[in-house]
Parts: sequence; C-alpha cells; structure tokens
Amino acid sequence: MSLEKPLIHFRRVGKEYGSTVVLENINTRVKAGEFVTLVGTSGCGKSTFLKMLLGTEQPSSGSALFDGQPLAQEPGPDRGIVFQKYSVFPHLSVRDNVLVGLEFARSPWLGRLFGGARQTALAEVDHWLEAVGLTRASHQYPHELSGGMQQRLAIAQALIKRPRVLLLDEPFGALDPGIRKDMHQLLLKLWQEYQLTVFMVTHDLTEGFYLGTRLWVFDKTRHDTQAPERFGSTITFDLPLEKTGRSDLVAVESSLDESRRLAPAA
Amino acid sequence: MSHQRLINRKPSRALAAFLGALPFLMLFFVYQWGSDLRRQENPKDKLLPAFTEIGTAMNELALQPSARTGEYLFWQDTGSSLRRLSIGMGVAAALGLVLGLAIGALPLVGAPLSPLVTAISLIPPMAILPILFILFGLDELSKIMLIVIGVAPILIRDLCQRTKELPREQLVKAQTLGANSWQVIVRVLLPQITPRLLDAVRLSLGTAWLFLIAAEAIASSDGLGYRIFLVRRYMAMDVILPYVAWITLLAFCTDWLLLKLNQRLYPWYYANR
Ligand SMILES: Nc1ncnc2c1ncn2[C@@H]1O[C@H](COP(=O)(O)OP(=O)(O)O)[C@@H](O)[C@H]1O
Ligand SMILES: [Mg+2]
Repeated sequence: MSLEKPLIHFRRVGKEYGSTVVLENINTRVKAGEFVTLVGTSGCGKSTFLKMLLGTEQPSSGSALFDGQPLAQEPGPDRGIVFQKYSVFPHLSVRDNVLVGLEFARSPWLGRLFGGARQTALAEVDHWLEAVGLTRASHQYPHELSGGMQQRLAIAQALIKRPRVLLLDEPFGALDPGIRKDMHQLLLKLWQEYQLTVFMVTHDLTEGFYLGTRLWVFDKTRHDTQAPERFGSTITFDLPLEKTGRSDLVAVESSLDESRRLAPAA
Repeated sequence: MSHQRLINRKPSRALAAFLGALPFLMLFFVYQWGSDLRRQENPKDKLLPAFTEIGTAMNELALQPSARTGEYLFWQDTGSSLRRLSIGMGVAAALGLVLGLAIGALPLVGAPLSPLVTAISLIPPMAILPILFILFGLDELSKIMLIVIGVAPILIRDLCQRTKELPREQLVKAQTLGANSWQVIVRVLLPQITPRLLDAVRLSLGTAWLFLIAAEAIASSDGLGYRIFLVRRYMAMDVILPYVAWITLLAFCTDWLLLKLNQRLYPWYYANR
C-alpha cells in the first residue's frame, strides 16, 4: 500500500436501479494527477460511475470515499464536469459563461459582479479563455460557436473553479476527427500545466489509450441471458498506460467485441 | 414546367404576398357584392351595411365627441379595454413567471402547489364570474380578476413545464460552478424562462380577450366588448363589424410586437430553432 493517500477510494461499490444492477463490486483507488479513461460497451454504466463521483447519483452499496470523506450527495465546485452537450449556458456570452463561476462564489445574492470586482474577475476569465484558445470569441454566444469551441468553453468554465477532479462524459463524441485531435492536444496540455485529475468516458478505445495514464474497461463478468439485468458491470481491465503496449489494445478490443456479442440485441 | 413534387414547390416572395392577400380581397368583394344585393331589395337592410355607412358610424364614434359625455367613445372604449387587458395580463404573467419557476425549480414548492394549480386551471372561469362580481363588485377589479383567473393557471403550468424542460445538464453544471439554489434560479433558469414567458403570453392573449369581452358584455359602462353588446340591441352591424375588425387588428399588433420584442431581447433563444 502506498503512503500517498488516494484521492478516490472505492470499496465494493455497487449501483442498482430497482432490480436492475448497473455496477457491482467496484474496487479502486485513484491518486491526484491521474488521467483515467473509461471505456466499455454502450449502457454498461460508465456514465453512472461518473455520476456517482459528480454526486447526482449515490452508490447503492459499498463505500466510496473522496479525499477520505464519503462522496457528496450533490454536485459541488470541487468536481468539474463537461458533458457531450448542454454544458454551456446559451443565454450568456462566452466571457459571461466563464465569469459566472466566479460570480457564484463572490456574489451570493445577485450572482453578479460589478465595477472593480468584475474587472478583477474578468482578468481571471480572460486567462482561462486564452488557455483554451477562445480569446477571440469572448463576446460571442454559444450558438455562434462550433461544437469544438463549445467544448473548449465548457472546459474553461470548469477549470476556473480549480476543481479537484475534472469529469468528462464523452466530451468529444460529437466532434469531427480533425477537431477531436486538437481537443486531445488541448486537454493533455491543460492536464500537465494545471496538474489536473481527470476521469474521461469515451467510446473511442484509441482515444482512451492515447490520452489516459490509466485505462479502465467496464464490463460484466457474469452474464444471465434470461435476465441480463441481474448482473452489473465492474472494472475488468485496469491498465497503467505508461507501461502498456499494442497487445493490450488488441486484448481489450477483442474482449469488448465478445461482450457486445453476448449482450442481448437492442 | 417544373418537375418537382408538389411538396417541394414553393411560391416566390411576390407570389406568396399576393396569395396571402387574395383571400382578404375576395372577402372584401364578396361582402360588397352581398351588401349591394341586399340593399337593392331593401335599402334599409341592417345585416350587411355598405362601407359608406360603416364609415359614417365610425366617424361619429371615433372622431366626434359624444353628445352625452363629450368623450370620443371609440377611443374611450379602446383605452378601457386595453387597460384592463394589460393589467390582467401583467398580473397573470407575473404570477406565471414566479409560481411557474418556483414549482418547476423547487420540488418542495411543487409538491403542495402543483396539484392546486392544476385543479384551479380546470375550473371554467366563466362559471365563477358571478362569484367575482359578488366578491369584487361590478367595477374594474372583477373584470381584471377574470382575466387573471382565466390566464394565470395556463401560464403557471406552461412555465413550470418549460422550466423542467431545460436540460438537466445545465443545473448540474451550475452546481459544479458553486451556485446555490437561489443563484441557479436567478442566473440560469429565470433568464432562460423569460423569452418562453413572452411566447406563452402571446399564445394566451386570445383567451384573455375572450374573458375581457365576456366581462365587459355582462357588467360595464365602456369598453370594446361593452359597445358591441350594447349596439346589438339595435342590430347596428355598422358598429359591430368595425369593432370586431379593430379588436382583431389590436390582437394582431400585440402579438407581432411581443414577437419582435422577444427577438430583439433574446436573440440566442431564436438561434437554434
Ligand atoms: N435513472 C435510471 N433509472 C434506471 N436505469 C438507469 C438510470 N440511469 C441509467 N440507467 C441504466 O443504467 C445502465 C447504464 O447506463 P449508463 O451509465 O448511462 O451507461 P453508459 O454511459 O456506459 O453508456 C443503462 O442500462 C441504463 O438504462
Ligand atoms: Mg454514457
């Protein structure tokens, strides 16, 4: 056991919706600074895992600790999130979308800053807009941005709160391959520069291998063809990616194909 | 000749304008033709008055002070009706915004209020008009209350629905940015619900006019609805028809103005639709 305290510590965590078991027997530790990518077949519970960290879902069983404390029951500023869409506020300009995070903290009643306080905050906002490459779009509205730029905005929004973990649920799933490459570079740069701890769900295995320092495969270890809801997914592969090679990618790919074959046709 | 399917063939701008005006022109000529026909048989016919007669009647109401009160009746009627309508709609819109937002955003407020609002919205407002007269007298208040009671429940339910329809992701995102419940309401929900409120107001204006005219017809001493029902006794179609056209025009203009206001104030709302 390492001396360093894990940021996240799951012991025998399970998640059920009624009689449907989604996740079972999740045991894991994650240290600050790791970049965990989560892959698995559609519907296997990756988003559910992320939602437990986020606080919008609670584990049904087991113990889930965040920095030694039980996971919060609701979302909070120590855990940032980027969804595939709807992450940004359509009624606010790019700048205001990022500023609002500071306004929430510094203006409890109005949720708005004025005068000098606003200028100070805007300097911070502009730093983050530059970090994600949106400086020139700062006065535009989200509907005037491309999909990739909207995701950059969502990332800047999250990072200005300096969250302990950054959660990304298929953030680049709707983007063109070229744009996706740019986003990979951006995310890696930000992860290194600000020593982020990242959990990222992706359906693109190559993306998972390329970005992560650690890759998790969610899958069922037991199958009941009569009642597929009886068993949930767990982490079947936990690969430290610095040491991994091509053979792991092939092994994971064939294992996922196998479970897609076993899953009842949708 | 075009080989396109009918569903793909669109009129040009000019043609569309002409086609749009055509039914109105036809209505106009059919009316005139019918009016002439009837007046050839009976010069005193009241059912389809000639445009000249309508002009005379309206000149008297709109441009000559009334012999009895010294008021210009048409404008007095218009002013009274519009005042009642705007106060009633204003109160209903405020209720709709505040309660719709509270019920939609806060489950603990929705639990006791949502069934109540649904029940109230099912009461036919006209059925309780007598109660309003008893409670608030025959003056302005009961007419305004009828509009409020008729329209507010629709607005509350609609805005509650719109609030719940906003992507949940935004609520989660706001919380991860550190927002408390109040901040989520004033900075995320309220600004996104306001353009939807204007939409809902536009849709319920027809209902508001209905209740206004009903209340004015039953107990009033001025107003567009009052005048129509007053002159009905003399079969004064030369007043009724222009009044109806005027009400229609007012309704159209209000709707158009609200649409333009919404587009001006909230361009992002119209962006992705
Ligand atoms: N609120 C819910 N109630 C019932 N079942 C749910 C709920 N949310 C998710 N599920 C089920 O949990 C399973 C996992 O969903 P999800 O975590 O979204 O999968 P993934 O992100 O891996 O595609 C799915 O079968 C889904 O139907
Ligand atoms: Mg998912």
